[in-house]
Amino acid sequence: MSSPVANRRRTAQRPGDRIFSSSALIAGSLILAILAAVAGFLLLEGIPGVTADPETVSIFEEGVDFTGFVIPLIFGTLWAAFLALVMALPLAIGIALFISHYAPRALAAGLGYIIDLLAAVPSVVFGLWGANVLAPAIQPSYTWLAENLGWIPLFAGPASGTGRTILTAAIVLAVMVLPIITAITREVFLQTPRLYEEAALALGATRWEMIRTVVLPFGRPGIVSGAMLGLGRALGETMAVAMVLSASGVITFDVISSVNPSTIAANVALRFPEAYGINVNVLIATGLILFAITLVVNSIARYIVNRRKDFSGAN
Amino acid sequence: MSTATKTPQPIVNVYSAGRLPRFTPIMVLAGSFLLSSIAFALIAAASPDGEFNLVAVLVVTAVLYTIITYVGSRLVEGPRRAADRLVTTLVVGAFLIAMLPLVSLVITVISQGSGRIDLDFFTLSMRNVLGEGGGAAHAIIGTLMMTGVATLISVPIGLMTSIYLVEYGRGRLAQAITFLVDVMTGIPSIVAGLFAFALFELLLGPGTRVGLSGAIALTVLMLPVVVRSSEEILRLVPNELREASYALGVPKWLTILKVVVPTSIAGISTGVMLSIARVIGETAPLLIAAGFSNNFNFSLTDGRMQSLPVYVYYSYISQGTDFAPYIERAWAGALTLIAIVMALNLIARLIARIFAPKLGR
Repeated sequence: MSSPVANRRRTAQRPGDRIFSSSALIAGSLILAILAAVAGFLLLEGIPGVTADPETVSIFEEGVDFTGFVIPLIFGTLWAAFLALVMALPLAIGIALFISHYAPRALAAGLGYIIDLLAAVPSVVFGLWGANVLAPAIQPSYTWLAENLGWIPLFAGPASGTGRTILTAAIVLAVMVLPIITAITREVFLQTPRLYEEAALALGATRWEMIRTVVLPFGRPGIVSGAMLGLGRALGETMAVAMVLSASGVITFDVISSVNPSTIAANVALRFPEAYGINVNVLIATGLILFAITLVVNSIARYIVNRRKDFSGAN
Repeated sequence: MSTATKTPQPIVNVYSAGRLPRFTPIMVLAGSFLLSSIAFALIAAASPDGEFNLVAVLVVTAVLYTIITYVGSRLVEGPRRAADRLVTTLVVGAFLIAMLPLVSLVITVISQGSGRIDLDFFTLSMRNVLGEGGGAAHAIIGTLMMTGVATLISVPIGLMTSIYLVEYGRGRLAQAITFLVDVMTGIPSIVAGLFAFALFELLLGPGTRVGLSGAIALTVLMLPVVVRSSEEILRLVPNELREASYALGVPKWLTILKVVVPTSIAGISTGVMLSIARVIGETAPLLIAAGFSNNFNFSLTDGRMQSLPVYVYYSYISQGTDFAPYIERAWAGALTLIAIVMALNLIARLIARIFAPKLGR
């Protein structure tokens, strides 16, 4: 007859348990390994591109080294993502409020699903739509902006004849990040305590005053992290920009002219298929920079999300 | 004496005084639409091309409606209610504006893409095709093979990782994995492609582009989504079920395999479906890692492999002098792609609805 202590020890050492728990552990550690591999292989292949003699790199223009090559791209990446965010954020907050506090209850879930459909459209389709439908449709308004508001540096012009400017690319990006920001802000608006809302209404607040004093302050972390996650997506988005933008590696704040800065991701997508030799390493190095930028942005977003554990952007 | 000075007063309803009637917004909307239609009809009649600009009518209607409602409400109801009405208008407007690209995109893709949805498109490759004809069968097969392999790799790893996080993981390692999964969610798709390319270049020599490389790139993108969704579903399994199983003397691993996973299998498959839907439309990583090709390729380890998104992209950027058939093929590919993604989404939601765990309350 065995003692209970011996029994417990035997149950703790079942072979099935050990195999299963260690394979779960291995799978978990594999995630660490994959992420380390992503960083490691990019570093291995990217560093030769940074240290290469500029003379040997054929995609550099005369007298330009790696820094001179990558800075306009970083500028373009940040600028396009910033423009997209400026357009998408107010719209996303509006949509989230509409779904959470304005739309009839029966419709709200369906409307949320329609917005989610936007997230399901592949980026290449957005690119095709942006280049073939949006750019020609929006071009006349660029001409108008250049003629009437040309004194604002943003619209200095001359207006692009094709409409394939960084503003068009940013509009497409805005449409693409809209569902991400909307999903997170909607989630947190819905979590506003019912009692607070009712208390505000009972004190005589109008619906907008209730939203301003209760819902928006409560949802501020959600708005910030949603915006950061949207920013991360916009920074890394490739195809839509590559297909819509006609880029020429300059730094300019003019958003409607035919001379536009490119983005890191779009530049890689456009040049990589034909790249050879050291050019490949240069492009991989720019990819590494993009990885670092999105890593910082996403980590900040995650930090803000994790301070409030109740909601997460990944679902 | 005071009663003598009383004069008959009109009866005032305190609940509706100082408020606009309920039907005001609709009347104002109809009025502004009428007004701007008339204005633009006159402009159209006066201008040489005589075109009626419907977009401008709608824009002017929206602006007129916003201004009239705000001013009218401010005069009758005061600034607070006016602000409320203004915000309501803006919020509804935001939703309608977001609908524009979706509606425009769906209409364009269907109208432009349906022209080439025929038998050839689904049975032929682009081998020796210049101009008209040709199809996307090689791209569809490539997409299915690469996405399939990516699914085969990432579902077991992802599922086991989520089991680790929910059932076993405590302490620093679990925290680190959770954080890194979040980080992985944010990897730009093109960086995943560059990683797979760099990996295969170091392993198999410079410029290697094979289907397996594309599958690895997709795995990097798919894995965090699978982990996240399965983790969330596994956490929903009530602890009472686990405890009941332990109480019957069932070991932990069998509890997980026979109780926890079956309970949440519907949610897990929904998550897997959605993650497939997410990666099946990825273009950039496949363009980098698997390249493009005009031929059928049934081998993941030998030669470049075409995929449907890259097919769409390539048809668009490499239009010949006779560009119409290329654009037609691009739209047809886009329509096929959207149809596949929507079907996956629909199936995922159906699974979730039909097999939803019945957590009695």
